[in-house]
Amino acid sequence: MSILVDRYTRVIVQGITGQAGAFHAERMLEDKTRVVGGVTPGKGGSAVHKVPVFNTVQEAVKATGANATVIFVPARFACEAILEAIDARLPLIVVITEGIPTLDMVRVRRRVAGAAIRVIGPNCPGLISPGACKIGIMPGYIHRPGAIGVLSRSGTLTYDAVYQLTQAGLGQSTCIGIGGDPVLGSSFIHLLPFFEQDGETEAVVLIGEIGGTEEEEAAAFIKAHMTKPVFAFVAGRMAPREKRMGHAGAIVAGGKGTAAEKIATLKAAGVTIVESPADIGHVVKAALSSRRHVRTTVR
Amino acid sequence: MKLHEYQAKQLFATAGIPVPRGVVATTRDEAAGNYETLKRQCGGGEAFACNVKAQLHAGGRGKAGGVLVARSAQETSAHAAALLGRRLVTKQTAPDGLPISAVLLDERIAVARELYLALTIDRFNARPIALASHCGGIDIEEVAASRPQAILREGIDIVDGIPDASLSRIAETLGCIPEQAEACGRIVRAMWRLFESTDASLIEINPLVVTDDGRLMALDAKVTLDDNALFRHPDLAAWRDESQEQPLELRAGRIGISYVGLDGTIGCLVNGAGLAMATNDIIKLSGGSPANFLDVGGGANVEQVTNAFSIILADPRVKAILVNIFGGIMRCDWIAQGLLNATQQLEMKLPIVVRLQGTNVEEGRRLLAGAARLNLVSVDELADAARRVVVLAK
Repeated sequence: MSILVDRYTRVIVQGITGQAGAFHAERMLEDKTRVVGGVTPGKGGSAVHKVPVFNTVQEAVKATGANATVIFVPARFACEAILEAIDARLPLIVVITEGIPTLDMVRVRRRVAGAAIRVIGPNCPGLISPGACKIGIMPGYIHRPGAIGVLSRSGTLTYDAVYQLTQAGLGQSTCIGIGGDPVLGSSFIHLLPFFEQDGETEAVVLIGEIGGTEEEEAAAFIKAHMTKPVFAFVAGRMAPREKRMGHAGAIVAGGKGTAAEKIATLKAAGVTIVESPADIGHVVKAALSSRRHVRTTVR
Repeated sequence: MKLHEYQAKQLFATAGIPVPRGVVATTRDEAAGNYETLKRQCGGGEAFACNVKAQLHAGGRGKAGGVLVARSAQETSAHAAALLGRRLVTKQTAPDGLPISAVLLDERIAVARELYLALTIDRFNARPIALASHCGGIDIEEVAASRPQAILREGIDIVDGIPDASLSRIAETLGCIPEQAEACGRIVRAMWRLFESTDASLIEINPLVVTDDGRLMALDAKVTLDDNALFRHPDLAAWRDESQEQPLELRAGRIGISYVGLDGTIGCLVNGAGLAMATNDIIKLSGGSPANFLDVGGGANVEQVTNAFSIILADPRVKAILVNIFGGIMRCDWIAQGLLNATQQLEMKLPIVVRLQGTNVEEGRRLLAGAARLNLVSVDELADAARRVVVLAK
């Protein structure tokens, strides 16, 4: 009923003694996540919310058997923290930190190339398989276990979309925020195959935005490989050219990466486009009910 | 962060990329004096001519009258006086243009051919990339659209750098003869060193020229730095020219608010960049027009909400405001309290439509309803809120 994580996933929190790390470690524990350790150099031996803190990722993995990490380390030290997690061979690395230099992410992607390691983020809300595991900062209570996979480049817009799905009686298998930066650990096309293969996921909701080519690449993959229905909303139709719209990646440069282009490409790949951000729940619900019976959650 | 041409050329010269001799000036007297300096440096005679190039953060300056030729100190002074301080409107600027911060006096170069060379980030493949084309001196995006095969793309490895084979292909694309190919390789390598050492997101030479005596030289220089990496480069961060930025965007940026001015009448206050874009979109879908994009950030406390309102209100075109908040970690009741305090503090008269959703939403809505503020309407659904605010702005 999920991709990448499940109820057995053992998570460490890098930067657990910081304000954000400590706060969200507690929220993750509340959402039933197995937070087994934390890492802050120099703070080894202490504990945060009864979670033991280690000096290095290596030590934490050895002592706890962790197989995932979430990073709250400040931007200027984040690259080092991610590389440390890669060197400790953690198969899932979720980077929440905002403001990481682009070339640092290029270095991360270079180090991770060819390894069986998945990096999510940076500058993202993380991922959640409702009821089983949350590695991130999204409000857990708006989610319900179910059959919709959600992939998004946004934060609060994703919460809104998930909330609409839940209201419409559609639960989620896994929701992943891939982040709003120009160079990401994982793009849509790296994650769509997991949803296509996942036995519990029946449809995928894609939330894109202007800038880059993530949506265009996703469209090509969907056309060639996806048998499950895909729905998409693309934010930023109103955006002027060459302006950075909050996310570093959200720039329409020289007329490339516009919402109109992305929508046309996705449509041509057979994706159902949701025109209004307020209609995500209704549109998915209506399309799936007319298509075939989809397991709905009891609310 | 964008750099001016003269700043970029300074970096080029230090990195070993050939550029014309040039001197920058910010006053007409300085410009006149610099004409004499440049004339001496170039060994120029009586009628020594130089370019006087307007410095602003946009291309298309030549066609807009931002590049003039001067043949004397007097003429240089006159050109500088005509350019400095004035706003230049080019194809790439907003309709009101950008102020000319400085003028660059540049040696004139006899050009045989104009080429294009740039380094940027290939987002999808997560690596830097070199772009080269024999079509230089023109808008490269037009080339990319009409003749994509005229642009060579060579990936760069962040660890191993640029392979020799890539350098050969770039030189070949640029039509270099063997002696030039070597110089071309040195230029590309220097660009890459500069790119990595400054955390650039773009280094563009358009045009890179072949001079009439066969040398390669960067006639123009465009460098954009990664804002996220400026903490590593305080010396470069100090080069920021705030006169080139929109005043409200600048003011918002200083307090951690992302703001982009648009040309409509509905002010928007939203938490999260994606939701802020989607809010602009739904206003448009409902027949209205947003005055701005505004992401108030994650920790939307009372002070931040007040600041955001004052920025929205600084735009005289705003006739109504839509507040769209999805409370995640940030509770809706806190946001509601912030809204009430802010509107009271700022004595706001404009109608405000508030759509709250998420954590503690009932308490948030109760607070708003209880306040019975005449100009503030709380609406549960986003589509409904957008329709309401569009009517109020008419």
